[in-house]
Amino acid sequence: MTTDPLLKVADLAKKFVAKRSVFGAPSAFVTAVDGVTMTIAAGQTLALVGESGCGKSTVGRLVLGLIEPSAGRVECDGQDVTKLSAAELKAFRAKAQLIFQDPYASLNPRMTIGATLDEPLMLHTRLSKAARRTRVAELLDLVGLKADQARRYPHEFSGGQRQRIAIARALAASPKLIVCDEPVSALDVSIRAQILNLLRDLQQRFGLALLFISHDLSVVKHIADRTAVMYLGRIVESAATADLFKQPRHPYTQALLSAIPVPTPAARGQRRLLAGDPPSPLEPPAGCHLHTRCPHAIADCRTRVPALIATADGHATACHRWEDIGADGYAQAVEPPHSPTLQRLIDAFRPSA
Amino acid sequence: MPTLDPISAQALDDRRDTPARRAWARLSRRKSAMAGLVVVIALILIAILAPLIAPFDPAKQTYTAVRKAPSVLHWFGTDESGRDLFSRVVFGARASLLAGLVSIAIALGFGMPIGLLSAYRGGWVDAVISRFTDAMLAVPFLILAIALAAFLGPSLSNAMIAIGVTSMPIFIRLTRGQVMGAKVEDYVEAARAVGNPAYRIAFRHILPNILPALLVQATLSIAMAIIAEASLSFLGLGQQPPAPSWGSMLNTAQRFLTQAPWMAIYPGAAIFITVLSFNLLGDGLRDALDPKER
Repeated sequence: MTTDPLLKVADLAKKFVAKRSVFGAPSAFVTAVDGVTMTIAAGQTLALVGESGCGKSTVGRLVLGLIEPSAGRVECDGQDVTKLSAAELKAFRAKAQLIFQDPYASLNPRMTIGATLDEPLMLHTRLSKAARRTRVAELLDLVGLKADQARRYPHEFSGGQRQRIAIARALAASPKLIVCDEPVSALDVSIRAQILNLLRDLQQRFGLALLFISHDLSVVKHIADRTAVMYLGRIVESAATADLFKQPRHPYTQALLSAIPVPTPAARGQRRLLAGDPPSPLEPPAGCHLHTRCPHAIADCRTRVPALIATADGHATACHRWEDIGADGYAQAVEPPHSPTLQRLIDAFRPSA
Repeated sequence: MPTLDPISAQALDDRRDTPARRAWARLSRRKSAMAGLVVVIALILIAILAPLIAPFDPAKQTYTAVRKAPSVLHWFGTDESGRDLFSRVVFGARASLLAGLVSIAIALGFGMPIGLLSAYRGGWVDAVISRFTDAMLAVPFLILAIALAAFLGPSLSNAMIAIGVTSMPIFIRLTRGQVMGAKVEDYVEAARAVGNPAYRIAFRHILPNILPALLVQATLSIAMAIIAEASLSFLGLGQQPPAPSWGSMLNTAQRFLTQAPWMAIYPGAAIFITVLSFNLLGDGLRDALDPKER
């Protein structure tokens, strides 16, 4: 890949106030993101996976500078996102965009699609009104919609079409990075494949870097170059997607992968699910966050936080015991989880090039 | 970039289908709203053209024709000093419509931006504004209006200011509540992510989405303001005699309710029709401004 990554995130942390005293002074915090470090190269896709509430969406918002981090750095295209002036922030908004999970909620119900798409152009380009209108038509065409649909309102479109509009909006100002926050979770499976294909096409065409936030591993497998797994605000494992799916090292990743529904009953026997529920992020356990649920936990795990250490192949794991459990662990378990239905649909909807 | 085919480029140029035109089409499809609109326009015309319409001078007293029942000469009858009631109702439209429209324009014009600021800035700004509106809402509406009008001095314009300021807290509260709800919506965050400055998010994204609630409140408040002007006039704080307003006519009429019921019926009917048409129009506008409606 390229030498200097487009996005560099280092030791990023975000604490939210969970409770306030009578006088408004914060009295309890939730640590949503706790020391996240990651990089994305231009044109690459990094998937961020984890259960709901693990802080993955918060990472997305932090990366875009929509919320202020409590600690750490976000560097995008050589700029420190956390220290931008108002004018710099505006320019940065053209470079980094966001796609939401619910496309209907993310489109202003009282603005026509044309007006919604025109907005980033008006804010970030010096195009004339007529030129902007042509560009809106191009954008609609780019995502597979018709130019005359610009006059319609969001409620006049289907879910998949709305997500296409949201993608067009994200593309309007020619960004370098798009944060996709569960972009296909609200769509049904056939539409999901179309949108994933569209995202991948556009990514290749414009050399976009994607931060793809998802809880659905079967989707991640289709789109991501690298995958990072989050648990309670920390990245526990990060590797090339194929590598991660083939040789998951962290017990949490292993459990996550084996929780994917498998169509063949024969392969179902060797699931390695975790016991219990995730602990409350208000009082996360000391040491390794997973130790309360991990079958491999030893005394050390309860006290010492494991660092995210990468091996030579770029496969990073935050576990004290991954070398011990790797062999008897997942390797002989099931074959890499795979969703044949989704794969068939992806192939079916792929434009024959 | 793919180029546009000529048909869709032409379609884009088509200006006939603008959002405003679609809203108008939705409004014109609603019969009751159109009836309200027609009556409101008629009332405004009557108020403007009052000198041409009224057959008599509304202030001219004729002691030979005191409290006469409606007749061919005096369509609505005459009042206790023999003034022609029809002419007074026609001229009264000026004071009453002004009181309704101007005072609510004041209330909305100040209340909405203040509410927007309160919800949008939060923190101590919100705390100060909210406590202030709480304090105003704690005092009964009419008492506060009377106190304010008395403080400003008796005249119709001061009465309008007093009513406007007194109606403001409702709009501040309503706007604040609506903005609080709207600002956590995804589309507002999306607008931020796109790079919209704060004022544009407030006026372009949040305001159109909270406008319907404000519109309905405004039409209800117009009715309240017309009646409040009547009360202020009765106390000598609104329209100054002998110039008529529907409210002051109604208040005089109550002393003669059994002897000369027409003195109450006609100004009362005028208030009723005005309030009803504003409400119908407001309801229709709320629907017409919603693109989801047919």
